[in-house]
Amino acid sequence: MIVVRELNKSYATRDGKVSALQDINLSIKKGEIFGIIGASGAGKSTLIRCLNRLEQPDSGSVEVAGTNITELKGKELRLARRRIGMIFQQFNLLEAKTVYGNVAFPLRVAGFSKQETRERVHDILELVGLSDKLNVYPSQLSGGQKQRVGIARALAVEPDVLLSDEATSALDPQTTYSILELLQDINRKLNLTIVLITHEMDVLRHICVNAAVIEGGRIVENGPVEQLFYRPESETAKQFVNIFNYYKDANGAEKAAILR
Amino acid sequence: MKEDMVELLWDGLLQTLYMVAWSSVFALILGALLGITLVVTEKGGVLPVPRLNRVISTAINGVRSIPFIILIVLLLPLARLIVGTSLGPTAAIVSLSIGAAPFLGRIIESALREVEPGKIEAAKSVGAHPLTIITQVIVPEALPALVRGVTIAVISITEFTAVAGAIGAGGLGSLAIRFGYQRFRTDILLGTVLLIILIVQILQWSGDYIARSIDRKRYKSG
Repeated sequence: MIVVRELNKSYATRDGKVSALQDINLSIKKGEIFGIIGASGAGKSTLIRCLNRLEQPDSGSVEVAGTNITELKGKELRLARRRIGMIFQQFNLLEAKTVYGNVAFPLRVAGFSKQETRERVHDILELVGLSDKLNVYPSQLSGGQKQRVGIARALAVEPDVLLSDEATSALDPQTTYSILELLQDINRKLNLTIVLITHEMDVLRHICVNAAVIEGGRIVENGPVEQLFYRPESETAKQFVNIFNYYKDANGAEKAAILR
Repeated sequence: MKEDMVELLWDGLLQTLYMVAWSSVFALILGALLGITLVVTEKGGVLPVPRLNRVISTAINGVRSIPFIILIVLLLPLARLIVGTSLGPTAAIVSLSIGAAPFLGRIIESALREVEPGKIEAAKSVGAHPLTIITQVIVPEALPALVRGVTIAVISITEFTAVAGAIGAGGLGSLAIRFGYQRFRTDILLGTVLLIILIVQILQWSGDYIARSIDRKRYKSG
């Protein structure tokens, strides 16, 4: 579904060029939930933003559903982006529009009729469990509800791929789980390919089958999530697993203390 | 001579309102074009044309650095060309509109810049056309800030009309100079000041009211 080949990206700064991504190669299968994990500044956000060209790579190619995204311009790029939904850490909902208006926005952009738009918005809001919030403005929603609207907006035009840019990082653990459950549910129901980036090992463990570890702009490990947990090879993966285990143990000790 | 006061002030008030209203409309149209162009054409904007951006920005700075009273004089030939005279309220509207447009352009620019880049990216990510992003995302999201900014600008235009009155534009400013200053009519001078204060208060109150109702709709009970 997604094939990334020899992707490079650097930023021009005052001190010269800083490389953000180097020789990235990735292959993501249709219907899979693929995780990309890395520390802050490792380049994971840049990578996912290259997949729908919110960032312009320097070289290399990104192919999504058979279309080479890196070569498109203007209208072609806009059409291709309609096949790729995206959700964000800060939700990025439009405050001037109601929940309905936010979810209807991509449908209007894609030229759906009023009738079709209404039906789709109702269906998708039902899927994310927000049918009763149709005429509410985003400021009146909780973080989890906002992200559900974000998901509904991203999925309204039935894209082939959903990109998730730290979509649960601004949410509390309980809400994080409910959003992850929703993504998993949608993945099963619609056979939707999901690429998610995160800095939380827990998120990977919860819903991803395969994952890549990114470190200093390079992919240092790539494979089944289980392998990352049991045989981490890269520094980043080892650190993440250690932190994860530390907290798991800490929780265990706490529980023991309470039981005593 | 006191009985002429009400009539003089009434006529002055009407002329001032006439100048403020039309100058604001034209300056707002020009200023919106300038402000939106500045925001969308910058590097990384939704329609980047950095060269055009620099040209407009420099031109705005140029016009804004000319003191308003001198700008009016410079624009007199243009007023004569457009409305056939360089005297009176209608001629002043030409100078006021052009004089205030760059100011409005900057105010609109700064209001539009407050829109979080993430919202624009979200619109880009669903494949929205740059014009859709401008009309459906940037402008509506910035609306309360735009209303507040435009209020400031319209009040400035009110002040400008008084300045324009000093060189033949008519209105309350002209009354204050011709009667209050040159003929020592303190009653008229005070009358014009009170009326201008009243206009400014009403403008500010209306602007606040509109901005607040938009905010209330978006951020409180739905």
